[in-house]
Amino acid sequence: MANSTTDKAKAEEAAPLTLMSVVAPVIGWLIPGAGHMIQKRWIRGGLLFVSIVTLFVLGLAMQGHIYKANGGDILDILGFIGNLGAGGLYILTVTMDWGQGAIAFATADYGTKFMIVAGLLNFISVADAYHIAIGKKQ
Amino acid sequence: MTITLNHFSAATVFALFASIVFGITHRENTREMVRYGLYCFVMFLGGVLVAGWVMWLLRK
Repeated sequence: MANSTTDKAKAEEAAPLTLMSVVAPVIGWLIPGAGHMIQKRWIRGGLLFVSIVTLFVLGLAMQGHIYKANGGDILDILGFIGNLGAGGLYILTVTMDWGQGAIAFATADYGTKFMIVAGLLNFISVADAYHIAIGKKQ
Repeated sequence: MTITLNHFSAATVFALFASIVFGITHRENTREMVRYGLYCFVMFLGGVLVAGWVMWLLRK
């Protein structure tokens, strides 16, 4: 008896599967900040867009290296996962074959890290867009 | 187009944008977002300075 009541309460607390709870994270991954903008959080979305895109573009401009899917060194795999977080920016960069230089000097190393961190920040941004979509956050 | 940033400029730019994202995603209302963002910015830059001096001490 008590178990079914507890289970019911838990089911009600579980995240509702709505269209926005799927669309917002996907759009937010593809275009940084867009997941917030489609939920009418314009300023937040705009700031996220500017921050993440600027970090990524600066990273490219500093001759940073972009990681592609690989089965090599663990750090290369982690670099790929980080870069993948940038979504559309990563897809565009790989398509245009940018960011393929060797990390020959300190600034290029910073550039590489900038692009990885931009991706990781976008993962956080996507999670935030999801939480807004399910009503866990205003 | 190549951009060259010195170490401190790179750290400042990184701290600025990371703090903006952290502030927005980790807090609920605007005031708290700004406060937390500023806090993160100070921590990032402060951490860089402290780490630099620690490395100088270690090298010495």
